[in-house]
Amino acid sequence: MSPIFYLLAALTLAGGLAAVLLKHLVHSALAVTVAFAGLALLFLQLDAQFAGFAQILVYIGAVAILIVFAILLTHGSELPKGGVFSHTWFLGLVIAAGVFAVLGWAVLASVSAVPQSNIVPSVTVHDIGIALVGRYVLPLEIVALLLTAATIGAVIVAMHEKERAR
Amino acid sequence: MITMLGAANLLLANPLFTNLDQIFVLLRNWLVGFFPVAIRPAAGVVLGVVAIVCVFPGLFALTTVFERKGLGRIQNRLGPNRVGPFGFFQPIADGIKSLTKEDVVPFRANAVVHFLAPLVLVVTVFMGFAVLPMGRNMVLVDMDSGLLFFFAMGAATELSVFMAGWSSRNKYSMLGAMRAVAQMISYEVVLLLSAVSVVMIAGSLSLPAIVAAQNQYTGSFPHWYIFTPWGLAGFVVFAIAATAESNRSPFDLPEGESELVAGYHTEYSGFKFALFFLGEYLAMFSLSGLGVTLFFGGWLAPFSFLNFVPSWIWFFGKVMFFIFVFIWMRGTLPRLRQDQLMNFAWKFTLPFTLLNLLVTALWRFMGEGWQRWVVCTIILAAAYVIFGRIEMRRQHFGPRKYRYAE
Repeated sequence: MSPIFYLLAALTLAGGLAAVLLKHLVHSALAVTVAFAGLALLFLQLDAQFAGFAQILVYIGAVAILIVFAILLTHGSELPKGGVFSHTWFLGLVIAAGVFAVLGWAVLASVSAVPQSNIVPSVTVHDIGIALVGRYVLPLEIVALLLTAATIGAVIVAMHEKERAR
Repeated sequence: MITMLGAANLLLANPLFTNLDQIFVLLRNWLVGFFPVAIRPAAGVVLGVVAIVCVFPGLFALTTVFERKGLGRIQNRLGPNRVGPFGFFQPIADGIKSLTKEDVVPFRANAVVHFLAPLVLVVTVFMGFAVLPMGRNMVLVDMDSGLLFFFAMGAATELSVFMAGWSSRNKYSMLGAMRAVAQMISYEVVLLLSAVSVVMIAGSLSLPAIVAAQNQYTGSFPHWYIFTPWGLAGFVVFAIAATAESNRSPFDLPEGESELVAGYHTEYSGFKFALFFLGEYLAMFSLSGLGVTLFFGGWLAPFSFLNFVPSWIWFFGKVMFFIFVFIWMRGTLPRLRQDQLMNFAWKFTLPFTLLNLLVTALWRFMGEGWQRWVVCTIILAAAYVIFGRIEMRRQHFGPRKYRYAE
């Protein structure tokens, strides 16, 4: 664990915390972006270039933009009067802790389940491409289908709204 | 071809040529020699960064004066002609002015975001230069996935535009930012997909490797990707998308001064405004550099007998040629309308780019020979004509109806 890892981890955590704690929705969205960037840098620090750049391209370039657009188009950028924190925060905390526990258990269990080797695997973009259209072609196609369905669904939802208003 | 390659190799062996060609690399190595051995790699990187941070803003200053002169000529007026000989010191005067001008932040603005937006823009745009090969051995970081890095940085600039528009608390800024982000997202898809066809043929995401894949000559003619049917189609789409991505005319709706004052940077003054200006031109340089690298052989000479000219002269010459084309278009074309812009992106360029990907695959698997030239050209030309005809038939002149936005 190098000092760079701790810096990046602190950045990511700070971004995530700010996203939850800030009062203004757009500020939260921008804070989430910081967390995304921190994650991307963590990937890069692990020598996973493709994952890191894909994280920036998809999460900062598309997801964050989508979030801010959604906030602006739904007029959610004004501060609500009754505060922004949910009344069921305790339940949320329990669920979050549960998910964290499961993930942590899975990660810790994988240490003994997967044989450890000191050789750093070198995965090039070429290898990832071969794997995606070779071994993992079915999941890839399923994801593509799902995304297409989601896009068409979004268009239909947007159209429906308009016709009802007329 | 073998004899030409042999001649090129002989030329490369000539010490004068090598020294001139590698002058910046040698200079860097010489400067790095002054540092202790432990920090030499880091010092080399820092020197490269310093060079990029100095050269491109310098080019930016030159370009602004050439642009104003050129636009003046196109519009039958003189352009700047007061500061220095023929007005060539105008950028210095502009720089001093923007540095000393009062920095006004609107009272209701979101101060932190308002401050961060120009910084994020300039930093992300500068990052793109890190992977561009600007000459033989002249690339700051040769990444395995350099192209992906370039596009990732390009995607991050969109957020800064949004930050600027939103934090200003100004309707014009907000509308400008919404327009800019919508436009950039739409054309980014096309930009990425048109670059993918090059990756399919070159078989690498690393930009130096893409240049190396084009480093062949038949007779004295180069094997640049622009000289193939799919490359030409890809480049045309790439050029359109790059113009839209850098918010240049005819795609400069986000800052349409007749309706939006100045778009997302309406509320910026002084040096922050200068940073936005710099960011726009740097984006132009880096996108031109990427276009040159992908389709025009990067730092390669256009004819094999011109190989004695240093590689970096070719790269910067080609980039400046595209900057000239940008300025020329700005002086020539009228601005598009928002619905035309979106229709063009999603209904014409996107299907055409997807088709181009298929044609590229066909080109890849048909093997050498004249057949693939004929087949690919016919498919692309037919698609262009048919797409164009269908779109033109759909045109109807009259009051506009919007389905999603009213």
